[in-house]
Amino acid sequence: MSDKNKNVEKKIARDIKYRALLEFKYSAGKHASYFFQQLRDNKKLMASKCPKCEKAYVPPRPACPECFEANSEWIEAGPQGTLVGFTVVEFPFLDPTTGKTKEVPYGYGFIILDGTATKFAHFLDETDLNKLEAGMRVEPIFEEERSGNFADIKYFRKIADSE
Amino acid sequence: MAETEKMVFDGKLDINYKYASGKVTGKFYDEIEENKKIFGIKCSKCNTVYVPPRQTCGPCFTTMEEWVEVQPTGVVTNYTIVNYAEPLIQPMEPPYAQALIKLEGADTPFIHLIGEVDVEKVKIGMKVEAVFAEEKTGNILNIKYFKPVE
Amino acid sequence: MGRKVAIVGTGQTKHKARHSDMNIVELINQAVNRCLENAELTINDIDAILIGNMEHFEGINLSDMWASDASGALGRCGMKITTGGSTGTSLSSAAYYYTASGLFDTVLCVGWQKQNEGDTTAGLVSATDPIWERASFAGAFGTFGGAATQYMMETGLTPEDAAKVAVKNKRHGRLNPYAHLHLDISVDDVLRSPMLAYPIRMLDLCPASEGACAMIMTHEDNVKKVTDKPAWISASVCRHDSAFTGDPPFFLDLRTLRSAAKEAYATADIKDPMKDLDIIELYEPVTWAELSFLEALGIGEGGKVGELLAQGVTSIEGSLPVNLSGGVLCTNPIGATAMCRVAEAAIQIRGEGGERQANHKVNTALATGYGGNWWSDLLILKSSL
Repeated sequence: MSDKNKNVEKKIARDIKYRALLEFKYSAGKHASYFFQQLRDNKKLMASKCPKCEKAYVPPRPACPECFEANSEWIEAGPQGTLVGFTVVEFPFLDPTTGKTKEVPYGYGFIILDGTATKFAHFLDETDLNKLEAGMRVEPIFEEERSGNFADIKYFRKIADSE
Repeated sequence: MAETEKMVFDGKLDINYKYASGKVTGKFYDEIEENKKIFGIKCSKCNTVYVPPRQTCGPCFTTMEEWVEVQPTGVVTNYTIVNYAEPLIQPMEPPYAQALIKLEGADTPFIHLIGEVDVEKVKIGMKVEAVFAEEKTGNILNIKYFKPVE
Repeated sequence: MGRKVAIVGTGQTKHKARHSDMNIVELINQAVNRCLENAELTINDIDAILIGNMEHFEGINLSDMWASDASGALGRCGMKITTGGSTGTSLSSAAYYYTASGLFDTVLCVGWQKQNEGDTTAGLVSATDPIWERASFAGAFGTFGGAATQYMMETGLTPEDAAKVAVKNKRHGRLNPYAHLHLDISVDDVLRSPMLAYPIRMLDLCPASEGACAMIMTHEDNVKKVTDKPAWISASVCRHDSAFTGDPPFFLDLRTLRSAAKEAYATADIKDPMKDLDIIELYEPVTWAELSFLEALGIGEGGKVGELLAQGVTSIEGSLPVNLSGGVLCTNPIGATAMCRVAEAAIQIRGEGGERQANHKVNTALATGYGGNWWSDLLILKSSL
């Protein structure tokens, strides 16, 4: 094979680059809208409750996933809760919702808000693993200026007097 | 319970992809970029010449290996005029003509653009020829567009 | 119950980080052709093609359409099935349902992924709820990290116990020519690998792979004409869980897998999984998952699974080898990953495992698929029904 052919052979397969930039508008629906409205206006975390098994859910949703009953009731959840699982994310990754690399480290935890049956996934302000433990009591810290979305809760942190 | 607002949340997905062309598509692009030639690939069983080339003949399920140079000229087998403007994703300023073009020597028409033309005059059966891009684009726009043959 | 159905052929590509010389449809075609060759059938013997991947890893939404030439679906019944990590087992179950129903005689299913054409974690983020979870979701390692801390607390198992899973599966993977990673590692290597999200380190987590896997199934009247070593499907169970990450009890008690196992054991007459199963191909996206998922299958419950692992029971020399293929920790082209579990179970029953073939005769094999959100598929294969 001549050198020229070798070059052609080498570059025969190539990468074709493509950027997918998609924008969406998601209707929140009644349950999420009510939750975020209460969060924004009253700093309250509202859970939807099944009238049959009496489990309360955050995120709130129209139907009980266990009973398939309409969650016809609302209760005020937490806002305090118990941390049942946690991690500190140290590996930077592409966040497609911004197109940028996510800043690390950050704390991430599963919190059972008082009165609910579910673990609510949110940020933790703590990134020192020695200061995090399963079973720890935590509370949400709200943004001063709230616009009615997930980021109105800045993060959860350890309740000071529980030490 | 007071009237609940109907909230709407903005969402975005911004992801970059890199698709391996594979050897068949790679050769197709190399020939366009290096030699300004268009190649099809021929099925040894049904003799169909495919442009763009691909590895497998769908109806026969054979792996194709025989390259056939086709002409850079061909005919429009169907077309439309795009008037609707959709910034970012359109390859030309509307109004522009998008057409299926069957090149001489190929059995399958493939989709491309018609340039250097009054879009009102595009019609089925019109003879066109490839205008190659001056710079490598890394995609099918290595053929800039097809223009009417005088 | 429908007709009896057997897997009569499997085929897969070499799995690796990047197949730069093959595009998506060529990759699919290679697995399909290898599968036809293994089954000694032609595409004309196939009545339906089921295909699956996870769309946002490649940004492609109709792979069933634009792979139709290469998958053999042109002019046939073709359908795409996507259920996340469990895509490959969902495809396997669907092919079984198609064939067992009597509506199709011979069905080919193919799962594939070219994960490194896009971005794995970005792809996973796009699969989560946009209003509630995308802002905080941290990929597989974030979710598994949070679940593993809870599992550690409840069972007393340690990162060292989990690291032994990686060492075992990587050792098995070195015997599998199709596996992506061929790594020779120690427990210390795992414990010193970069921390992704506590307690998940790099070597605790599956890789991102490119590859495809295919299988052919046919019904009882046809099986004898095709092969003398069928892998019969004895049970096939799917279990979904609810939508949000924090809803199910997760690692501590993967209720979807526990429930699927209960039903499948009854169907397949498995009374004691430790004795009645010959091998397990488990979908273990992280080391911790192999430990807790085995518990959900009724093996080593109450954290005893750590001892079974340490004693070598689940190694290739042991009485119940788990992940002879090297598992997900060695190979993870997501849309194919769960099918690789089922295919490996069939390969072991058919005695085609080469260097990684179990030391004892494999008559009963269990394969699982795991998908977000904490859901499970489970199939039990047998050498005879």
